[in-house]
Amino acid sequence: MTPLDDVAPPADPEIISVLAADGSYAPTPSAEPFLPLVEALTETDLETFYRDMVTSRAFDRQATNLQRQGQLALWPPSFGQEAAQVGSIRAARPQDHIFPSYREHIVATIRGVDPVGIIRLMRGVSHGGWNPLDPANGNTRLYTLVLGSQTLHATGYGMGLVFDGRTGTGDPERDEAVIVYYGDGASSQGDVHEAMVFAASYRTPQVFFLQNNQWAISVPVAVQSRTALSRRGYGYGMPSHRIDGNDVLISYAVTRHALEAARAGEGPSAIEAVTYRRGAHTTSDDPTKYRTGSEEEGWALRDPIARLRTYLEGRGASAAFFDEVDEGAAAHADDVRTRAVTLTAPEAPSMFAHVYTDDHPLMAEQARWLADYEASLDGGDA
Amino acid sequence: MSDTTTLPFGKALNAGLRKALADDPRVLLMGEDIGPLGGVFRVTEGLQAEFGDRRVIDTPLAESGILGTAIGLAMAGFRPVCEIQFDGFVFPAFDQITSQLAKMTNRHEGVLSMPIVIRIPYGGHIGAVEHHQESPETYFTHTPGLRVVSPSTANDAYWMIQEAIASNDPVVFLEPKSRYWHKGEVDLEASALPLHASRIVRRGTDVTLVGHGAMVSVLLQAAALAESEGTSCEVVDVRSLSPIDYGPVLESVRRTGRMVYAQEAPGFVSVGSEVAATVAEKAFYALEAPVIRVSGFDTPFPPAKLEGVYLPDPDRILEAVDRSLAY
Repeated sequence: MTPLDDVAPPADPEIISVLAADGSYAPTPSAEPFLPLVEALTETDLETFYRDMVTSRAFDRQATNLQRQGQLALWPPSFGQEAAQVGSIRAARPQDHIFPSYREHIVATIRGVDPVGIIRLMRGVSHGGWNPLDPANGNTRLYTLVLGSQTLHATGYGMGLVFDGRTGTGDPERDEAVIVYYGDGASSQGDVHEAMVFAASYRTPQVFFLQNNQWAISVPVAVQSRTALSRRGYGYGMPSHRIDGNDVLISYAVTRHALEAARAGEGPSAIEAVTYRRGAHTTSDDPTKYRTGSEEEGWALRDPIARLRTYLEGRGASAAFFDEVDEGAAAHADDVRTRAVTLTAPEAPSMFAHVYTDDHPLMAEQARWLADYEASLDGGDA
Repeated sequence: MSDTTTLPFGKALNAGLRKALADDPRVLLMGEDIGPLGGVFRVTEGLQAEFGDRRVIDTPLAESGILGTAIGLAMAGFRPVCEIQFDGFVFPAFDQITSQLAKMTNRHEGVLSMPIVIRIPYGGHIGAVEHHQESPETYFTHTPGLRVVSPSTANDAYWMIQEAIASNDPVVFLEPKSRYWHKGEVDLEASALPLHASRIVRRGTDVTLVGHGAMVSVLLQAAALAESEGTSCEVVDVRSLSPIDYGPVLESVRRTGRMVYAQEAPGFVSVGSEVAATVAEKAFYALEAPVIRVSGFDTPFPPAKLEGVYLPDPDRILEAVDRSLAY
């Protein structure tokens, strides 16, 4: 036994929630400061959250099917993480900046990204998928597939907001903030730690939103950390919250609180949303190799959509409302399928078009060579 | 009358950075110890005092963090100039440079530019400890999306840093650290050449010597020695390692029929290899001898007491010239 074996990690912080797994309204004591934000939500807000979650799940299932049918190269399902994503992104204001990882389909779509844009990436048509500079896309940056790299981009962007005085002026309608998404696996990446160091040093207006979905492909979160991931934020000198990521209400309220503090000049903070990846890591993965059916069943009982539905039913939402949401979701998924399967390969010369912004002799030379080569093949066929 | 002054290479860089900061309020310098200290080589000396700590930023000690946040700052409309303290310290930022920065414009299908400069003091000749004398250029020249340049004179240092900052693409700016203290004439009015141009720096008729960075001065020494022995060497400074301006190189080789490339970096799969292959392809009938490469050995950079053996010197270059002439 080494001396370090004696050191037990301190007790993990309580998971903050307001909606219990059974859909009852049962705020934990630590939820107290956030209840005014929860209670300010209107019936329409709650219905929007529900519609978001059901619609995105239908899209996610459709995309998974498209991959199974050979229409996509890959699909990373968001199944199970709807509440974490809907709540947090509905907490953002239009002027905020969103830096996703690669499973934030719900986040991107709610900000205005056409889901077919995400399909473009996963179908092998583009390395991007949408134009983050187009206002229609709600300041949603492109996906980043190298884990954690985007946390630094978000922090740098936040530094830019500070340097340009675009935040912290006291006007919440105008002050901008940044939210960056990453996961429990990415939390071990050095870039995440460096991003937190820089964020704390320059007091960026930033929320680090960690979806702890319990699994980094096949490795459980216990291998990434012996202690609650939310505790790491304190080490960098920033407030941290650990929330029930399957409770859309607390996800909304805590993120709203954190983003408002950020835009008010109070600096960065961290949120760990404890959730579960109900699907595979990606369509190339086989979860039966590393986790049990009983674990999956346990988390199914804590499903984010079921609990909000129960809650809404208790508040008197009508059967017609739920039917209408289901129909809309199905139509949305069908529309995505229809448009996704028509996406064709880009033209070959596009490979050379955007490697550099300024003219580059090698790009011109190789584009010319390819054109001549292809023309010579056409000539051979004739 | 043109406005010229004599400056050491490092001071010329400092003057070029000062000019870039003064000309464009979106230009930022960021790096470790670049503020009050002025960087370990004093290249940024006085700039924080002049432009403030939001234009000249002392960062936490984390290279990936420097490059990753620079990408975010570029997204927010800034033109960051990052200093990496020494060549061997750039590798913690490798993902951010090669997978993130280099591909960012491409994955954005052209709607986003990444005007970021990465300054790296590189190369040997200063008797330093491990990781402080390396020549990592090949990693970056092999990465599509990056531009790579290396000035060899004070005048080029002054102008090329400004041109690199004006580039809308990421530029890896390799500063031959052994040249920092060498003085040269700097024309403060106009740049003689664009960023990506190579240049014939000495005329000759028998053999073309080509190289970059600190090696250019070694080539010039070799050419002077060769002349005393009756061999006339032309010397070409490629200046830009990606893209390479082959015009002056090919023009020279077509006249001399012989070429030697010299570099400090290991030779296997290197800039010298690439130039040799291209010259063989494009000037085959002009060549009287194969292109010969003189490089650092394919070993880790050795302990400083052996650097004189590892680094190409005038004698090794003349040995290559003799081999070329023997064909």
